[in-house]
Amino acid sequence: MTGVAVHLKGLRRSFGPTHALDNLDLAIEPGEFIALLGPSGCGKTTALRVLAGLEDADSGEVLVGGKDVSSLPANRRDMGMVFQAYSLFPHLTALANVSFGLSLRGRTKSLTRAREMLELVGIGQFADRYPHQLSGGQQQRVALARALAIEPSVLLLDEPLSALDAKVRVQLRDEIKRIQTEVGTTTLFVTHDQEEALAVADRVGVMRAGKLEQLAAPADIYLTPATPFVAEFVGLSNRLPGTVVGNEVEVLGTRLPMLSPASSPSVTALIRPESVQVTADPEGSGRVLTTSFLGAISKVTVSVGDELVVAQVATDRLASLAPGTPVRVTLQPNPVALA
Amino acid sequence: MAGVIARRARKQRIFRWTVLIVLGVFFVLPFVAMVEFSTRDSQTWPLLVDWPALSERYPALAEGITNSLLQAALTALLMLVLLVPTAVWVRLRLPRLRRLVEFICLLPLTIPAIVLVVGLAPVYAWVTYFLGGSSLTLVFAYTVLVLPYAYRAIDAGLSAIDVKTLAEAARSLGAGWGTVMWRVVLPNIRSAVLSAAFLTVALVLGEFTIASLLNRTNLQVAINFLGKSSATMSVAVSLTSLLLAFVLLLLLSLLGGRRRTSKESS
Repeated sequence: MTGVAVHLKGLRRSFGPTHALDNLDLAIEPGEFIALLGPSGCGKTTALRVLAGLEDADSGEVLVGGKDVSSLPANRRDMGMVFQAYSLFPHLTALANVSFGLSLRGRTKSLTRAREMLELVGIGQFADRYPHQLSGGQQQRVALARALAIEPSVLLLDEPLSALDAKVRVQLRDEIKRIQTEVGTTTLFVTHDQEEALAVADRVGVMRAGKLEQLAAPADIYLTPATPFVAEFVGLSNRLPGTVVGNEVEVLGTRLPMLSPASSPSVTALIRPESVQVTADPEGSGRVLTTSFLGAISKVTVSVGDELVVAQVATDRLASLAPGTPVRVTLQPNPVALA
Repeated sequence: MAGVIARRARKQRIFRWTVLIVLGVFFVLPFVAMVEFSTRDSQTWPLLVDWPALSERYPALAEGITNSLLQAALTALLMLVLLVPTAVWVRLRLPRLRRLVEFICLLPLTIPAIVLVVGLAPVYAWVTYFLGGSSLTLVFAYTVLVLPYAYRAIDAGLSAIDVKTLAEAARSLGAGWGTVMWRVVLPNIRSAVLSAAFLTVALVLGEFTIASLLNRTNLQVAINFLGKSSATMSVAVSLTSLLLAFVLLLLLSLLGGRRRTSKESS
């Protein structure tokens, strides 16, 4: 099955004085997996709900497969949706939940298809359990199976992982990606978790105040953020003062290329922790303040003059970087965004 | 030390039993009196279970019983048809109106029945004009009367589930509003709907003031009327209707208990 193209055109939606959607344009290719990422209140969920037909836009068009579906009610839009809150029908078993949409469409063999879908999401053995007998992760798997069972033209995922604990979240995230690649349904995934968005999506759209700030492949979003907001929102960044010298900016004594031209000679540069190198050096200008162990990598906070710099280091180097150690701080010559 | 604890436990036990016995006597004594009084005439109870004979001998009572049962059933039906979709719609689309709707539904509780009748009398002049003077027209007044109890029960049921998400999930799967109500919302608030219906039936079967003042016949009006001619029969019927109400309330608390246990297991 191949997906259909989705085009949100000039969507506007206001709640009182707040513009949840401010002339939003978003074109999704057939079969593409798009993640909308942004802080709470940026309009990402509203965009998804408008596409689902659960919310009306004040103006604008929703095109699915080239057809304007703006005036169609939610139940006739042919979209599968997985919600943030557990949304399984409590009075039905997992199997009955999955076959619900199929039975509404009068499909024959709806139970066989429902079983197949439960197998696809890896919980075929729990078909006869009721939602309250399933864990959060299992419930969301059933919800995913239920949404996919009707072979929707578009799959909508509204923060489906945010209620789950960390380990299950990563597992299910990877499963979602696998299943989406397998069935090829055009998918819109809304999340506020950047790691999730970058890990699963073909392209990530970063939203702010009802608008798309940038829509690009995960690596581009991370490495060449289009705006300071994207640079700051995606990944942790140090904010360090810099001086513009020609086409470059000088930060902590290192000259770095700029992603966008500077508007004034003194700027604030946004430097990723992994671009900061910290080496123990008795002559160094920095001093380690704190270290935090994060598994394979660790975080070191260093004071250099008046500035605090966060660096990412391999954990096996942590022993040589105890708090109080004098260190030399250097920056990798990656292009930087300016705030 | 152990002796002090044992003495205290014994004292508490005695106190508990005393309270239970006093309360038991307070509640049971009137029933015993009713049973004793209604069995003085050996004809009374056999007649009560022999419907043809009863309706021949006490036609007004039979009419009262029929009216009350029909009123109870119709009121429960009308209440559910009005209240369930309204409560669901308010939760889905007009959450800001929830307090207002709750206030309106609770109003009948604060207005004495006699005041309600004064207000209803002119309305019922029109009802009689359009629909005739049948006792079944009391269903409208009773629906208002049971609103506070029924609303509370249904609202509690809806609070226990995430109506909005469930409805949206069903809509996205292709369900129209009718299907959402019938196949998703109702099965999940079944015990709340039953509670509301039981409370309605219990209330309507015990209603006297409005029926009497609006000159309609129902069970209580008939019992009151019968009390003047056949005291034993009126007491027997009162006792039966009381027991019926008890059974309904018992079923209701059983339903509540089952709902709690099913929640705990989740």
